[in-house]
Amino acid sequence: MEKVLAGQTVQVDQEGYLIDPNQWNEEIARAIAAEEGIELTPRHMAVVKWIRETALSGKPLSIRTVKKSGVVDIKEFYQLFPGGPLKLSTKIAGVSKPKSCL
Amino acid sequence: MKSLVILGAGTSGTMMASHLSKKLNKEWEIILVDKDEVHYYQPGFLFIPFDMYKEKDVVKCKPDLLPKSVHYIPSKIDRILPEENKVLLEDRVLNYDILIIATGCQIAPEEVEGMKGPLWHKDIFDFYTFQGAVALRDKLRTWKGGKLVIHITEMPIKCPVAPLEFAFLADDYFKKRKMRNKVEIYYVTPLSGAFTKPVSSEKLGYLLKEKGIKMVTDFAIERVDNENKKIIDYGDREVDFDLLVTVPTNMGDECIARSGMGDDLNFVPTDPHTLQSKEYENVFVIGDATDIPASKAGSVAHFEAEILTENILRYIEGKELLPAFDGHANCFIESGNGKALLIDFNYNVEPVEGKFPIPGLGPLALLKESKLNHWGKLAFRWIYWNMLLKGIPIPFVSATMSEKGKKLN
Ligand SMILES: Cc1cc2nc3c(=O)[nH]c(=O)nc-3n(C[C@H](O)[C@H](O)[C@H](O)COP(=O)(O)OP(=O)(O)OC[C@H]3O[C@@H](n4cnc5c(N)ncnc54)[C@H](O)[C@@H]3O)c2cc1C
Repeated sequence: MEKVLAGQTVQVDQEGYLIDPNQWNEEIARAIAAEEGIELTPRHMAVVKWIRETALSGKPLSIRTVKKSGVVDIKEFYQLFPGGPLKLSTKIAGVSKPKSCL
Repeated sequence: MKSLVILGAGTSGTMMASHLSKKLNKEWEIILVDKDEVHYYQPGFLFIPFDMYKEKDVVKCKPDLLPKSVHYIPSKIDRILPEENKVLLEDRVLNYDILIIATGCQIAPEEVEGMKGPLWHKDIFDFYTFQGAVALRDKLRTWKGGKLVIHITEMPIKCPVAPLEFAFLADDYFKKRKMRNKVEIYYVTPLSGAFTKPVSSEKLGYLLKEKGIKMVTDFAIERVDNENKKIIDYGDREVDFDLLVTVPTNMGDECIARSGMGDDLNFVPTDPHTLQSKEYENVFVIGDATDIPASKAGSVAHFEAEILTENILRYIEGKELLPAFDGHANCFIESGNGKALLIDFNYNVEPVEGKFPIPGLGPLALLKESKLNHWGKLAFRWIYWNMLLKGIPIPFVSATMSEKGKKLN
């Protein structure tokens, strides 16, 4: 479905994840984050960019890969994106959340 | 004489030996190496805790399952020297022209602090090993009830639906024993839900509610507190348990790490469509040992085996490899109460409703509970021993996924 984020029309799925990662930019990231009650700081943005690069290069995202990233440790990852850090950071990064086969 | 060496005589290695023994000419010797004599039917581990299968239902002797022309070596694999085309075993060295890595993956509970602690196989169990499944069965036989926590440590795991099936069967088991009211069932996952794909979560979400299974999502475990019987995540959330059934981290074998050929979890970087190793032209990888984004399942390995056989013949003839593998998976999911679901999907198409294997007719229904699917799941054991391992194709089911008969948007 269509949605207007930061004044731009984008395609999102039922849960609000961007369908086309190419429609992403930093303003859209800020708008998605705001909907989740997060104000993006430069620290958030550094993590979001790493999440985005990793996901777009086809590598799996898990707490283990974040732990090894060198970009953020897990305690801070949870502080930045409280509750479900992978679910939230992927959404803000304009990529799909980690999924199972079902 | 040229030599094709297969490492691991589990599902994938046995299938490749069966296929290739029929296809390779006399110039080739096929050598298969494995450390254990016993071949486990791993899908059967799900049924052991609930006394639905006995030990003898899930074991056979490895060499008995192999074609006679295959040279079987019972030995631990120490490491591969891919630059030298050699494999080091405990007491000898094998040279190869072509290598197939089929060493699978296994649980690594030591990856989480406290998991393999004092409560391991007392109040904390896995069911991904034969020993774990049997120990859990003995525990359940006398368990008086309490809080049962079914838990996934991290992805990827083999047969990603198995923990959910475990939850459904547990609900059923306690109902039949007239003690469901004494048991609380929790399902704790690092993902955002039990169902993470849109169609499945819409169509199957009811199952959890109907069975009274409570969810804890986005839970990334940091440690197990044995003293207070709690699992604790990196966000300091705690879930206490009386009985913890966990799926620990799944990792490729240590021999992959010793060979310097794996990623963080010892999975071998593999081309997702040709199944050739990304680094070495004459090394191929199949089944749970790869890092490809397909499900780690026996059915997937079966489809891969058909395609890999073709690609190995092409490689020998100097032809280009076919990028034919599409991630096809076909899995039965026990939903309890004598019913099961069936899902059929690939890299690009998520599980949807429809009929299988014959479009429009079935007789099996996709993404829907039915008694027939349950019989299908039970029949899978016979198919596994008698068709899959022998490399016999299953009628109407092709290695690549068919979009016919599916409700796609
Ligand atoms: C509980 C459970 C339920 C499942 N349910 C299903 C299901 O319903 N449907 C389905 O399709 N799949 C299911 N699976 C998954 C399926 O069993 C696996 O995907 C399949 O067995 C993978 O085959 P493989 O050959 O890659 O690995 P394996 O069959 O595990 O074989 C690996 C082999 O390599 C050998 N090996 C490893 N390292 C060494 C070494 N260093 N030296 C010597 N030998 C070595 C091992 O001894 C083993 O024999 C389930 C798995 C589990 C655990």
